[in-house]
Amino acid sequence: MSGAEKIQVKVTEITPLNELVTRFRFERIDGGHLPTFSGGAHTVVEMQDGGITRLNPYSLMSSPFDQSSYTISVRRDDQGRGGSLFMHQQVKLGDEMTISYPVNLFSLDLRARKHLFLAGGIGITPFLAQIKQLELLHGHWELHYACRNEGLASYADQLTDRHPNETHLYYDDQDQVIDLKNLLRGQPLGTHVYVCGPKGMIDWVRNTASADGWPEDCVHYEEFLAPQPGKPFEVRLAKSDKVIHVGENESLLEAIEREGVDAPYLCRGGACGQCETVVLDHDGNFVHRDHWLTDEEKAAGKKIMPCVSRFEGKALVLDR
Amino acid sequence: MTIQFNDESFRDDYTFHNSDWAIKRFPFPFHEDSYMYSVNMEQHKGGPEGSVYEMRFDVDEHYVSEMKDRALVLDQDPLRCQSLPHMTLAGWDLLELIMVSKSEDYPDLFELHRNGNQWRWINKPMGIDHSFTFMDETTLPYGPMEYITRQAQGDFVVLDQRDEMLWMDAGMVTTQADWSLDFDIGMNFFEWHAPVPKAHEMGIFKRALKFLLNIQQGAPARRLNWTMTVNPLLDTSPENYHQWGIQKTTLTPENIGHKQHLRVELQTFFRLPRSNALVFPIRCYLCSFQDLMTAPKWGRRLHRVIRDLPDELATYKGFIDNRPMMLDYLSQFDDGLPTSAGVWPDLETEPPLAK
Repeated sequence: MSGAEKIQVKVTEITPLNELVTRFRFERIDGGHLPTFSGGAHTVVEMQDGGITRLNPYSLMSSPFDQSSYTISVRRDDQGRGGSLFMHQQVKLGDEMTISYPVNLFSLDLRARKHLFLAGGIGITPFLAQIKQLELLHGHWELHYACRNEGLASYADQLTDRHPNETHLYYDDQDQVIDLKNLLRGQPLGTHVYVCGPKGMIDWVRNTASADGWPEDCVHYEEFLAPQPGKPFEVRLAKSDKVIHVGENESLLEAIEREGVDAPYLCRGGACGQCETVVLDHDGNFVHRDHWLTDEEKAAGKKIMPCVSRFEGKALVLDR
Repeated sequence: MTIQFNDESFRDDYTFHNSDWAIKRFPFPFHEDSYMYSVNMEQHKGGPEGSVYEMRFDVDEHYVSEMKDRALVLDQDPLRCQSLPHMTLAGWDLLELIMVSKSEDYPDLFELHRNGNQWRWINKPMGIDHSFTFMDETTLPYGPMEYITRQAQGDFVVLDQRDEMLWMDAGMVTTQADWSLDFDIGMNFFEWHAPVPKAHEMGIFKRALKFLLNIQQGAPARRLNWTMTVNPLLDTSPENYHQWGIQKTTLTPENIGHKQHLRVELQTFFRLPRSNALVFPIRCYLCSFQDLMTAPKWGRRLHRVIRDLPDELATYKGFIDNRPMMLDYLSQFDDGLPTSAGVWPDLETEPPLAK
């Protein structure tokens, strides 16, 4: 069995926040306690969507020390393959679902004297849990949160109510932009920077910090990629001795699982490295989309991350 | 289950002894007639009833005496227990893990009563009944890691996980096989393993690190490691080498059976929830050669493993000088018959010594 341990839960609250984002609350079916976790952790939610099993990661946003329930916020992606649409349209109050134990690929560096959080849009969710953790531990933090407009600024109100001095909001439609260069220069020694948001924002923060001489291990980021649809292709799984078809709207990993082949995974978003698979032979081009393989590895064509990457060409043989 | 706790010593007069029960459940580490490094990890999710793998934290007849020995070591050398400032949260995680596990696995020995953050902990073997506030250090006599590991057998190393690396940032280490927490504290995974021969070239540590970084909450793992110790010493530390190193020269053909011990470490790995740190308990089991020889399969196999072990490993494990004498002794228990696969003694099915 791959992935983290599983927990059976029921949906006990569904709260639409704005036109794009809805919050879901999960409690254990058996009424017991959920595991505590560390701020920045995610859970993988299993969705039985017709004949397809979808497994999507979502950041846990509730207090890491609250064992009575977990909450996640899901942003609807009308162009996506349907995971967020399933959550928005199919999931009903009282539904029973399977989620994974918390897994953290974006944890706080507890040595930091100060934590500087930079959030873009739905990237706010891991910070909500981290802020609750730091509140309990009396940590020192500051949040800069950029959104498209006021209406889509999920949780901005409660953040400003509760933490008026720590919270700074920026709205694109009002031409407000984080003054990143000066913000980074004004930080005390021992500050760690965390960024979660769209790829462009993550690159901007990492490059700006790097150009200003910030040590790499003081800049943390999390970007979950959702698998993108693509042209169908065929793959031969050498160990399992199977030829499988990857459809337009499923990932290579999902197709492997659909065929009953157990493949390791954790984040399903191209970040953790667990699903790394050896390519035995290929004739065609890879569509590498992960953050795990280095550029050299991607060019070499000897490995693929089946959670988010695809293939276009005549033949692909994997060691799976 | 009721455990009769031994009153015994791991120093001076060495009254340490294993009962028949303890010998039968000894975690013999060799699954075949030879040994080479491997990552050899498996899930730590129980094991055969009565075995050392059954519970999350095994408690055996040596518990009370081992804890007395730990207190003595700490009294003489407080640096055996250290926790860097950012590791206090991991210490609370560990305290919770051990208290919850022990109270669930050994309800007759340990009790935990929780009312919000008001906790009451009862440790019957050690005569402790203590109420405290979870996450409030001022309500404990020591930091949380030190408090609970003074009540748990085995060493504990708490590893912070940052930047795809593990860092040895806290620990309680008093029963170690010749390594020093005070020396290693703050080092990363490759740094503290630097002295191990051969394994780096074999790529063992890269694979092991990748495995450990991915250990998840609710899915602990375990492996065995082993070495040799003359006299049943728990504290074979570099700090006290001047006291125990010389004892290796006291071995004679007459006393080797009861003086020479196989030292096995049951190493487990748990992801800690609030801190995302990894705790690495290293539980030490000792068994004398003569007690091991009561299982014919173990006698045959131990002789073959020690005989064929590469010199580098015998040197690293500190018994190269005594190996000829060990082989003289062990060869008496090897009649050349084949052995069954796996670590278990198979007392009912393995033939008696034909020699």
